[in-house]
Amino acid sequence: MEKKIRVLIAKPGLDGHDRGAKVIARALRDAGMEVIYTGLRRTPEQIVTAAIQEDVDAVGLSCLSGAHNHLFPRVVELLRERQADDIVVIGGGVIPDADIPGLKEAGVKEIFTPGTSTEDVVAFLKTHVGR
Amino acid sequence: MSVVKADWQEGFLAGDTRALARAISAAENEPEVVHSFLQEHSGRLGRAHVVGITGPPGAGKSTLTGQLAVTLVARGYSVGLLLVDPSSPFTGGAILGDRLRLPDLAQGSSSQIYVRSLSSRGSMGGLSRATADAIKLLDAFGKDIIIVETVGTGQSETDIISVADSVVVLAVPGLGDDIQAMKAGILEIADLFVVNKADRDGADKTERELLSMLKLQASSSGWTIPVIKTVAIRNEGIADLADQLLAHYEFLQTSGLLLEVRTARVKSELNELLQLRLTQEFQKVVGAARYEEYTQQIVSGNISPYEAVNQLWQEFVSEIKRSASS
Ligand SMILES: Nc1nc2c(ncn2[C@@H]2O[C@H](COP(=O)(O)OP(=O)(O)OP(=O)(O)O)[C@@H](O)[C@H]2O)c(=O)[nH]1
Ligand SMILES: [Mg+2]
Repeated sequence: MEKKIRVLIAKPGLDGHDRGAKVIARALRDAGMEVIYTGLRRTPEQIVTAAIQEDVDAVGLSCLSGAHNHLFPRVVELLRERQADDIVVIGGGVIPDADIPGLKEAGVKEIFTPGTSTEDVVAFLKTHVGR
Repeated sequence: MSVVKADWQEGFLAGDTRALARAISAAENEPEVVHSFLQEHSGRLGRAHVVGITGPPGAGKSTLTGQLAVTLVARGYSVGLLLVDPSSPFTGGAILGDRLRLPDLAQGSSSQIYVRSLSSRGSMGGLSRATADAIKLLDAFGKDIIIVETVGTGQSETDIISVADSVVVLAVPGLGDDIQAMKAGILEIADLFVVNKADRDGADKTERELLSMLKLQASSSGWTIPVIKTVAIRNEGIADLADQLLAHYEFLQTSGLLLEVRTARVKSELNELLQLRLTQEFQKVVGAARYEEYTQQIVSGNISPYEAVNQLWQEFVSEIKRSASS
């Protein structure tokens, strides 16, 4: 059977708003992917455990609280510690342009800001994951 | 392919979670590899207690499943959860949201709980072949208890008995007009009943209705089906459910029913595999074009389906004989 792209969508941090994450989840589903949605307020540890257990190809993190500079790199670091750094990490939410280079340097593959269309996210995943 | 295969098999045997996760993906994408692995390690199979949890959408299955897992882990069991969600039939994609409802401890804080979300990938709400393989993989991995959540849509829940030793059926207060409306099939497959959302009005009424229905249904096995009230979001009644589940497994073992159930399961699995193989071989040997021709013949009334099968069978047999002698 054809291998489907599996993506974990998670919201680390304390903000209680997940409309954006749900929009992305639906777009990925409509593009034929399997999306595991884990909901609000997950710790980086929980996200990484879930990503490994679910054998996903990518993790999409959404953060509106401003804590992305801490939380996103933490997820990348934990994945590396657990020898799972082949899992692609992407981020989205309210992220100032000035923070993007630092996040990418820390290992986040791409950052999607609120202006991005969902098709861009789909296209990015289709080109950057797949075994 | 062979690289991927070597990748997980060694780690799997060493108890590595990532390898287990990879193996379950393999069950979905390259089942032959998993089948030969399981065959090679068949001595590891048949040790786990497989529990099915089913019920109407939104009844609280995921919440309850997560709480139950945490409770069982606290009692020293290692637990695997398979959360099966029907996939969107058009694009083949799916949003698997069951994990969302698990309590924090089942979200990844305990190494004793492994959770996997599966889409049923086009098998129309039923359990996919991959789910059955995932259960075997968790069993071979050494999980003591494997809990499978499936939504009861009225047709698929009977599938759960073909893989589970104990089936838990959830009901909620005020569901439809009354319990009589529940599909007869779903009542017949239950080993345990749960009335979840017992914090809501009408839980006692639902419980009474279930109990009186159960009285009508003579129990020939010797197991008395319990009705347990729970409030999954507050972890109430879950310890009771865990007790009853373990008691049911104990009952299955001591009564000899477990062996009977598993023998029946092996038989139906064998049948299923054989049918699959036969269909594949048939199509290969006879060819798709002949199928099409016969279909047209039947449609236009030139031949009955029974006669078509006879002729197809003749063609198949002579083709096999011919290739055997050449
Ligand atoms: N009041 C009340 N709500 C509950 C209880 N258990 C679960 N819920 C809520 O019911 C809703 C559905 O819970 P889930 O656990 O997702 O139910 P489910 O049966 O797995 O749902 P599907 O997988 O979508 O069919 C959630 O909002 C839960 O918080 C309970 O005991 N009482
Ligand atoms: Mg659920």
